[in-house]
Amino acid sequence: MAKYLLLKHYRGAPAAVNDVPMDQWTPEEISAHVRYMDDFAARLEGTGEFVDSQALSPEGTFVRYDGEGRPPVTDGPFAETKDLIAGWMVIDVESYERALELAGELSAAPGQGGKPIHEWLEVRPFLAAPPTITD
Amino acid sequence: MDEVLLRTLTPTVIGILVRRGADFAAAEDAVQDALVESVRGWPDDPPRDPKGWLVAVAWRKFLDAARADTSRRRREVLVEAEPVPGPGGAVDDTLQLYFLCAHPSLTPASAVALTLRAVGGLTTRQVAQAYLVPEATMAQRISRAKRTVSGVRFDQPGDVATVLRVLYLVFNEGYSGDVDLAAEAIRLTRQLAAKTKHEEVAGLLALMLLHHARRPARTRPDGSLVPLAEQDRSLWDTRMIAEGVDVLQAALTRDRVGEFQAQAAIAALHADARTAAETDWVQIVEWYDELVRLTDSPIARLNRAVAVGQADGPRAGLAALAGLDPSLPRHAAVAAYLHERDGDPVTAARLYAEAARSAPNLPERDHLTRQAARLNAELGG
Repeated sequence: MAKYLLLKHYRGAPAAVNDVPMDQWTPEEISAHVRYMDDFAARLEGTGEFVDSQALSPEGTFVRYDGEGRPPVTDGPFAETKDLIAGWMVIDVESYERALELAGELSAAPGQGGKPIHEWLEVRPFLAAPPTITD
Repeated sequence: MDEVLLRTLTPTVIGILVRRGADFAAAEDAVQDALVESVRGWPDDPPRDPKGWLVAVAWRKFLDAARADTSRRRREVLVEAEPVPGPGGAVDDTLQLYFLCAHPSLTPASAVALTLRAVGGLTTRQVAQAYLVPEATMAQRISRAKRTVSGVRFDQPGDVATVLRVLYLVFNEGYSGDVDLAAEAIRLTRQLAAKTKHEEVAGLLALMLLHHARRPARTRPDGSLVPLAEQDRSLWDTRMIAEGVDVLQAALTRDRVGEFQAQAAIAALHADARTAAETDWVQIVEWYDELVRLTDSPIARLNRAVAVGQADGPRAGLAALAGLDPSLPRHAAVAAYLHERDGDPVTAARLYAEAARSAPNLPERDHLTRQAARLNAELGG
């Protein structure tokens, strides 16, 4: 088994096919979308492949160390930042092909008009722990 | 009675419940419940006969669950095949459980999870922690696995090779959680070796012991990897090595060599060298030839190229590497190593950096990055 991160972007991924902002959907369409996501996670728990799912606020702040005894410096948010992560799902699956298959299904979540969003999701493998036998 | 001793009783107790007519899935659940109860109650009040206690409590749990299920399942029972109780006595119950939990209809991950719970006696929580997934996910993985094998007769003989693959996976799992999976894999393989004379079971046990013996020398306190050639060999567990060598030699006399015996022989030759320089690389190459013949595995060919590089020089190693697919895991790392020894640090530094980018785990990536940095510093200075 290998763990993969399915990464969802507010910004930075190529445009989705059904690319209409959520605030322009009907309340029913939003409910249908949320239900799809919940069902998807529940189904993966049922298949023993679910690890974690989280959503992030679009608001963020950059922080850095500013020297001994000084408070950290904060800055931003920067409107020009290209990559803005919206959330993720972590899965634990048998193969890379299975990770792609599941990302494809997640990308089919319904958007405006109840049609799939065809959203681009980024699939990233986790770096695992080293195996015991190496030679 | 410590936890491991208690867990060794798990397969026996499951076997007893199945003989009394419980189906495997229900028996396994009942024994798991009894184990959880024993962990809670025994520290204060340990029973004199742990096995008898577990059988009694597990049987009561089974009856309770069956009664609770009866009304709900009445209709389902009509369409479900009746569980077939094993004939009992003819084949060892524990051995049957190994076969069932490694049944070819299961995916490797399901077989691993089911083996750790039903044969190893680990709780779902422990298995989940070991594999870094939520307990609910692991519970589902195990219950799906049990459904998958629900139609398999408990008394059918299985294929030892499938069991060995599962145990190898458990051993090779690098995660460190609450449970030491390598030690657990050794315990389960040792138990299996006591029940079957199959030489590859002995081969796998030897392989595990010989690698486990090196574990204290494999990582620094900060978690960074120490390559075999740089390991402090005084940290190797010599008693475990001696046991591994004994087990392997006994297996090899039967003259039915398999891939685990061949791998164990390579590990034994490393273990036999007091310093890296004393390593008998010529014999190691011969064993890699055997391993390639047995498995036709590209990974074995890649490792063979390293050994050839040691036995016959880096040019010969690079020649052995030439025919292999560059997309193989660790191909770039092997090429980097051979190029450095061949006196080409520029190529080696580039390949180490490339290998670091595609490394499958963090300690390996850090190690390869350090190698690239070391060469770059030498080249720059």
